[in-house]
Amino acid sequence: MIKRLSSGPYLLWIAMFVLVPILMIFAFSLLGKSPEGGLVFSFSNFSRAFEPIYISVLVRSLKIALEATLICFLMGYPMAMILAKMNPKYRTTAVMLFVVPMWMNFLLRTYSWMTILGKNGVLNGLLSLLGLPQMTFLYSEGAVLLGMVYNFLPFMVLPIYTVLMKMDKSLIEAAEDLGGDKKTVFFKVIFPLSLPGILSGVSMVFMPAVSTFVISNLLYGGQYMLIGNLIEQQYLVVNDWNFGSAVAIILMLLILVTMAIMNRLGGSNAEQRGVNLW
Amino acid sequence: MVTKILNKFYTVLIFGFLYAPIAVLAVFSFNDSKSTAKWEGFTLDWYQSLFQNSYIMKSLYYTVLVAVIAAIAATIIGTFAAFGIFYMKGWKQRAILNVNSIPILNPDIVTGISLMTLFVALNIELGLLTMIIAHITFCIPYVVLSVLPKFKQMPAEMLEAALDLGATPWVAFKKVIYPEIKPGIITGALIAFTLSIDDFVISFFNTGNGVSNLSIAIYSMARRGIKPEINALSTLMFLTVLILMLILNKRTKIEEI
Repeated sequence: MIKRLSSGPYLLWIAMFVLVPILMIFAFSLLGKSPEGGLVFSFSNFSRAFEPIYISVLVRSLKIALEATLICFLMGYPMAMILAKMNPKYRTTAVMLFVVPMWMNFLLRTYSWMTILGKNGVLNGLLSLLGLPQMTFLYSEGAVLLGMVYNFLPFMVLPIYTVLMKMDKSLIEAAEDLGGDKKTVFFKVIFPLSLPGILSGVSMVFMPAVSTFVISNLLYGGQYMLIGNLIEQQYLVVNDWNFGSAVAIILMLLILVTMAIMNRLGGSNAEQRGVNLW
Repeated sequence: MVTKILNKFYTVLIFGFLYAPIAVLAVFSFNDSKSTAKWEGFTLDWYQSLFQNSYIMKSLYYTVLVAVIAAIAATIIGTFAAFGIFYMKGWKQRAILNVNSIPILNPDIVTGISLMTLFVALNIELGLLTMIIAHITFCIPYVVLSVLPKFKQMPAEMLEAALDLGATPWVAFKKVIYPEIKPGIITGALIAFTLSIDDFVISFFNTGNGVSNLSIAIYSMARRGIKPEINALSTLMFLTVLILMLILNKRTKIEEI
């Protein structure tokens, strides 16, 4: 009896504030304007989402998120290896120093690049010191990409580092004893064994990157840059919640598909991933 | 040897990349000019105007207030939830855990707009209350996920044994179960607190009426350009985080020994 009662408040809470809201945006997305001006059931919001301008937003979001993920992986994998191989005496401190920036407010981390890349920013200051012409770094796609890599790099490094640390070292020794050179050992043993870490890293970078609107708003400034901006604009500026809901649902589906792919490739359980981060 | 130097060089490069922006903010928080391009001399003015900025100070108050309330509420609801979920059977447990992971896996922006839709539909005015409800909502799942494994590690018959020996359910919970799951509760509460402190997106959509947290304050100031007060704020926040982490690091090291 008490067993059943104890989860009662929780069940009520998630029904009210998790399930109902999600069902509501589903319902909103399926309501379109009828010719008379009322709301009727239709797929018009979804078909509108596939108009060329919105398709280009979707494609741009995917492209920039994939680029950010790839750069994070290329930068992060060597870093994770170095951390894993480091002398244990320094390792705890190094990992801690690596995590500290991540614990700083996300907005501040993004804002800091505004002061560096801005028109009167540090980079332009350096350029003028060297007698070079001023350049615009801010408000470009490159700035957004940089912001994503900067914010999400630790999400790539930490899971890979964890997997590398847990790896059974005797497998590597066995491979070396059996005559594998460094390259072979890495590509045939270490890398395949670290795949679960890579997959967690990839989804932990890709998902926030594809749904962000903060980084693009601060470092790009334009209106419809990424899917996130599109949703935010529809809700807070244009006030077309039906279309905004439809785009939100497309974003949810995108995330679901990504997760399904990651699970298929052999990534660990997504729930564990969320907790492992902490 | 060559790889060793290369490793060191790479480490310095990555750490430089991570810390350069923070260092730039810190240096220019002492700059006697609004510009971040030129050093004009040392000043503490920005720190002073930070503490006199009522908007930022009020946001700081709301940030802490919301985080404390959300963490406490989410920890209580989530702990009892984990207790109930642990004793559920088969598909029911799986279904609830799936729903539980929705706020974790859903992009923040979707959680944010869906809650906002609900509040507006229910005619609840957006403000402090809606922000607290939203924070409790996204914190609970993490508490459940950090407490549940502790139940799984606990010997299965503990509760039955306590009840058979005459403990009332409340005493059984307090004296038998609680000590077993305490580490999970503490982890859950800490996760909830930090998530709440750090949240921007969900708060952004679910607040109004002049109530804002630090993230929202930073965002709205940053959108209007560079503000030296933010540099000062970020330097103070960085120092807080660094000191906290150093203390935590020291403590875990002692525990390891």
